[in-house]
Amino acid sequence: MSAVDTATPVRPRTSPAVAPRRRPGALARDTGIVLVRELRPVVRDPFSVLFGLVQPVVFLALFGPLLVGSLGGTTTGQDVLGGNVWQWFVPSILVMTTLFGTSTTGANLLFELQTGAHERMLVAPLSRSSLLVGRALKEMVPIVAQSVVVVLVMLPFGFALHPAGAVVGLALLAVFGVGIGSLSYALALAVRKQDWMFWVVQQTLIFPLMILSGMLLPLETGPRWMQVASDVNPLRYVVDAERALFAGDLAAATVGWGWVAAVATAVVGLAVGIRTMVRSTD
Amino acid sequence: MIRTRALTKDFAVGRDESRTVHAVRGIDLDVAPGELVAVLGPNGAGKTTTLRMLTTLIRPTSGTATVAGHDVVAEPDAVRHRIGYVGQGNGAGHAQHVVDELTSQGRIYGLDRRTARRRADELLESLQLDAQRTRKVSDLSGGQRRRLDVAMGLVHAPSLLFLDEPSTGLDPHNRANLWDHVLRMRADAVAATGEPMTIVLTTHYLDEADTMAERVVVVDHGQVIADDTAENLKADLAGDRVVMTVAPGAGHDAASHLADVARRVEGFREVTRTPVAGGVGHGAGAVTLDVRAERGDAYLPRLLRAADAAGVPVETAQVHRPTLDDVFLALTGRSLREAGAPDADAADSTAPAPTPERTAA
Repeated sequence: MSAVDTATPVRPRTSPAVAPRRRPGALARDTGIVLVRELRPVVRDPFSVLFGLVQPVVFLALFGPLLVGSLGGTTTGQDVLGGNVWQWFVPSILVMTTLFGTSTTGANLLFELQTGAHERMLVAPLSRSSLLVGRALKEMVPIVAQSVVVVLVMLPFGFALHPAGAVVGLALLAVFGVGIGSLSYALALAVRKQDWMFWVVQQTLIFPLMILSGMLLPLETGPRWMQVASDVNPLRYVVDAERALFAGDLAAATVGWGWVAAVATAVVGLAVGIRTMVRSTD
Repeated sequence: MIRTRALTKDFAVGRDESRTVHAVRGIDLDVAPGELVAVLGPNGAGKTTTLRMLTTLIRPTSGTATVAGHDVVAEPDAVRHRIGYVGQGNGAGHAQHVVDELTSQGRIYGLDRRTARRRADELLESLQLDAQRTRKVSDLSGGQRRRLDVAMGLVHAPSLLFLDEPSTGLDPHNRANLWDHVLRMRADAVAATGEPMTIVLTTHYLDEADTMAERVVVVDHGQVIADDTAENLKADLAGDRVVMTVAPGAGHDAASHLADVARRVEGFREVTRTPVAGGVGHGAGAVTLDVRAERGDAYLPRLLRAADAAGVPVETAQVHRPTLDDVFLALTGRSLREAGAPDADAADSTAPAPTPERTAA
C-alpha cells in the first residue's frame, strides 16, 4: 500500500485544501461535496426519479378526466379553467410533484440520522450549513427531471408548450423546492427522537396547503373563507405563476408574485434549516 | 495526542435540575502518540459520551479536552481534520455505492478527485472490499459494512483513530477479521508515515479490551476508576486465584494447616474460601482451599515447597488467571456482566454475542 503519497496531501499543515474553514470558498466547496454526494445515487439509478412520478400520474390519469367532466363543459369551467383543462391542470401537477418530492425528502436524512451516516458527516470537517444547503440544492435535480417527463408525456394529449415560459416555470419550481426541502430537513432534525412525528406533521400540513392553493380544484367556486385562507398560502402564488408561465405569459403580475412566494419560501426554509442543523449538533 | 482535564457532561432531562443526568463527571485522561487504549465500562458508564466529546460531536459541559493538538471547543474543525472516527452505527449512506461513499469521504478531507479515487481503491483493496466496489451499501453484509466504516475512518490517514464499540453485533469470526484489518492498517500507517497511529476504542467486550488494547481505562459512573495495562490491572487489583485440594485422608486440619502455610508464602493476598470439605468436583472427602495471590505462577511453586516442608499433602493445584471482570468486581463490588443490564450477555467474555450479523440499525 502506498500510503505515503496519499497521506501527505491530507496532512493539514502542508495542504492548502484543508486550511482553516469559515471562508466563503470553503462553504461553497463543502456544499458542493454534499451536493455531489446526494446526487450520486440519483445518477447511478436515474429511474429512481420516476418513482416520484407515480402519485402525479395517478392524479393526471384519474383526477384530470373528472375535472374535464365536471368543470370542462360548464360556464364556470370556461371562465376559470380556460379552453384547455390540461393547460390549467398540468402546471398544478408540476407543483404537486415538487411539493410531494421535497416535503418527504427529510425522511432520507432521518434514515441517515438513524444509521450513523449523518453522524459520520458531523465528525468530518464540513461546515454545518453546507450539510443542509447541499442537500436542499440537490432537490432541484429531481424537480426538473420529473417536470420534463410530465410535460413530455402530456404533449400528445394537447398540452401546448411555450418553451420560454416553461424554462422560467421550472426555475421557479426549483427555487420553491429548495425552500420546502429545507423545511422538510428541518422537520426531520426536529423530530429525530420520535421519527413517526415526521409523517404526522408532513401529512397534516400538505393536504390543506394543496387544497387551499387551488391546485386541484379552482377556489373561485369555493366559499369566501377559503379564498381568504388561500391569500396567505404561498403555494397559491406559485401555482398561479406556473399557470401563467406555462401559458407563455411571462410578464403577468402573478408571475412576479410567484417569484416573491418562491424566493420567500427558499429564504425562510434555508434560514430555518441551517439554524436547526447547527443547533442539532449541540 | 489526547489530554483532558475535569471533562464533564451533564444532560438535562426536562426542566427539573434534580433529574439532570451526570454522564461524565470530571475525566482526566492523557493518551500519548501511538497508544492503543480501550475505554472499558458497563453500558451507561459514560464511555460513548466521552468519545463524543473528544470527537467534537457534543460540547463538554465543563472541563477541557485537547485532541491532536487542538481544543475541541475552540477549534473543532482542526480536530476534525486530524481524527478518524468509526461510530457505533454505519457511516456509509445506504443508497450509496461503496466506492462513491469512500470517494466522497476523501473529498471531504481535502483530497482532489483523482487522489480521492485512488485512495478509495487502495482502501477497498486492503480491506478486501474490491468485489463490493459498485455494490449499494444496503446490500453489504454486516462484516463488510463494518470494514467499510473502518475504511472511511482511515481515508485521510489520520494519526488518531476513534472506534466506538467497533465489534458490537459482529459474530466472533467477523470480530477477529475486523481486528486483523485494524491492526494491519495501523502497522501499515507506521511503515508509511513513520508516525505511530493512536487508537482509542470503547468496548464492553472484556476479551476485546484484554487482548487488543495496550492500555485499559476502566470507567464507571462517569469517572475513571482504573487506568493501566490489562496485565497490571489484573495483577494489582485482582491477583491470581490459586485453588488446591488436600488428600481426602489428610482431614480438615491439613487444610487449615495449608492455609497457615499459604499465608506465610511471599505473594499471598488473602484466603478467598476457607477450607471446605467435599468441594464440588474434587471427589468425596477432598478439602479445597482458595487463595488469592500476586503472580500465581510464581507463588504456586513456592507454596508447594513450603507445604512439602511443613508436611501438608497437597493433591491438586491450579492457577486461575483473573479476567478484567475480576478487576471490575474488585474495583466496584459489581460484576461488569451484571452492571450493564441490557447487554449483560453481550459483555460476557466467555459467551460472545450470539447475533450472527450486525443489523441495519
